[in-house]
Amino acid sequence: MEQPLLELKDLRVSFHTDDGIVHAVNGVSYILEQGDVLGVVGESGCGKSVHALSIMRLIPIPPGNIESGQVLFHGKDLLQLSLEELRHVRGGQIAMVFQDPMTSLNPAYTVGYQIMEALMLHQGLSKADARARAGELLALVGIPGAAQRLDDYPHQFSGGMRQRAMIAMGLSCAPDLLIADEPTTALDVTIQAQIVDLVKRLQQELGMAVMWITHDLGIVAELAKKVNVMYAGYIIERGYVRDIFKHTRHPYTLGLLGSLPRLDEAPGTKLISIPGLPPDLVALPKGCPFVVRCNYAAEQCKESMPPLQDAGEVDHLIACWRWEEIARGVAR
Amino acid sequence: MTATTMPLVSVRNLKKYFPIHKGVLLQRHVGDIKAVDDVSFDIYSGETLGLVGETGCGKTTVGRTILRLYEPTAGSILFSDQDLAKVNEGKMRKMRKHMQMIFQDPYASLNPRMTVGSIVSAPLDVHGVPNGKNKKERIDELLQMVGLNPDFVNRYPHEFSGGQRQRIGIARALAVNPSLIVCDEPISSLDVSIQAQVVNLLEELQNKLGLTYLFIAHDLSMVRHISDRMAVMYLGKIMELTDRDEIYLRPLHPYTQALMSAVPVPDPDVAEKRRRIILQGDIPSPANPPVGCNFNTRCPLAKDICFKDEPEYREIHKGHWVACHFAEDTN
Repeated sequence: MEQPLLELKDLRVSFHTDDGIVHAVNGVSYILEQGDVLGVVGESGCGKSVHALSIMRLIPIPPGNIESGQVLFHGKDLLQLSLEELRHVRGGQIAMVFQDPMTSLNPAYTVGYQIMEALMLHQGLSKADARARAGELLALVGIPGAAQRLDDYPHQFSGGMRQRAMIAMGLSCAPDLLIADEPTTALDVTIQAQIVDLVKRLQQELGMAVMWITHDLGIVAELAKKVNVMYAGYIIERGYVRDIFKHTRHPYTLGLLGSLPRLDEAPGTKLISIPGLPPDLVALPKGCPFVVRCNYAAEQCKESMPPLQDAGEVDHLIACWRWEEIARGVAR
Repeated sequence: MTATTMPLVSVRNLKKYFPIHKGVLLQRHVGDIKAVDDVSFDIYSGETLGLVGETGCGKTTVGRTILRLYEPTAGSILFSDQDLAKVNEGKMRKMRKHMQMIFQDPYASLNPRMTVGSIVSAPLDVHGVPNGKNKKERIDELLQMVGLNPDFVNRYPHEFSGGQRQRIGIARALAVNPSLIVCDEPISSLDVSIQAQVVNLLEELQNKLGLTYLFIAHDLSMVRHISDRMAVMYLGKIMELTDRDEIYLRPLHPYTQALMSAVPVPDPDVAEKRRRIILQGDIPSPANPPVGCNFNTRCPLAKDICFKDEPEYREIHKGHWVACHFAEDTN
């Protein structure tokens, strides 16, 4: 069998705070194949960003702590690499685009220089070559008059253009994996459509894998091939995008879909909201973390966390004790 | 919903310009940010009018100017036979009893040093308690109405989650029995599952109390869900205003069409089939809007006339207003 691009095995991440130990990621395991687009969805504090930052070892230690697990990238465990080796992976083979394009660019350097920096470091290009390549990259992500804009500072770019520049920077070393952490959340919907379109096009042209982290199920439906749904640091449902939307199994995923009004459906129906709040990550319940908000909660759910198990369709996994009863419509 | 066609508020030719000054001492007036530029619409009694648009289109400024939190530059705001743009400050304070606001950021809009009780009762101290109840009873009633435990009255805002804080903001807005509530992005800082809770609450309260909402947001699907009619703003102007179904099924302005097609739909089958209009470029600066139609820099249909003449905001069918030279041909 071919080696997967990225394999996470039982990743656990916590943070030590004054209020106690925050259990941000609680045993996440999955495989991301080469050239796939994976959507990671969940609400604030579900661990989606922390788990992605941990892949690149970008969480501050302390207060953060990667307690256990493996992050196998091309079969090598990134958590065991020396910082020197890791530097070649970061920005070289795995690139990351962050949520806020206003703060993730350095305001004191030109956009061109910031793109050239990675090219000179990872690919050993000369300054002149790096500059030429940076111009090509800006043109690739659709910035008009790219070669002239290399000498602009970030404040001279609009929000959408900054995010394009960030993507250009991410693509500069032809990474195998692009991790995009809520890259369009700070942008307007017409600009968001431009960025989603751009990443989709580039992903197909360059054949890289993309991990797109978002809370917007709409973007996932448009972009992703597979989806991880996260809640309180666990993956609670995982599968092909069509199964997640059409054969939704987990009560939380069902609730998320129910609480979204859809533009293409006649309005007027009441939204199905999920009652209550996400659990406190300092004091997680013993069993399923969704138990206090779940309509189907039973005794067993309070006692132990259900494992991810086969949910019928190909590669569709679910962590719920009662999913079969719920799917057959016999659960209360 | 019990929407009527009696206007509660009539806004006519409203303008709000923010001056740009240059120089330290002389503060020369060198230009204006045309945040709201000649906007006219009615809000019917008992309805929800949704106001959508992208960052910087002036939607929040419209909401604030209606409540005179900003002084209008020109135009009139008719509310129960009074022109709010002209009444003096003392009179305006009395009028604010009838119009309240719910703010976007539930962290910044509640004073961290005040208890929930004193936050909710602040409007009662200014305007008096309606229906001759005592203040304590009224606060209990309000907290119950928004789904908070009245025992929380002595707690401080930091003890609550984002969704609960937004409920406190709603209780404060309801305190003086207003008829109009301007909801300025009340859910955009909340998580998806909590958004639905707050929207359901707003709808319940509208049915129970006969409230009228001006609902300002950038999330089109949520606005379509809650509104009776929707107005789309771009660069300080209303581009299109009509019934929420009409605007989705038959959008006439090219900007509305692009905006609708840019909203992701949580359904992979629909996402695959949908025709998307991807707009090029960014929104121009409101300090220096284009000549002619405001949308001409990004419009896929722009012709010569669009760069010369500003399109008239006109009623194409009954209740369907559009500002586009080619509104008859776009669909």
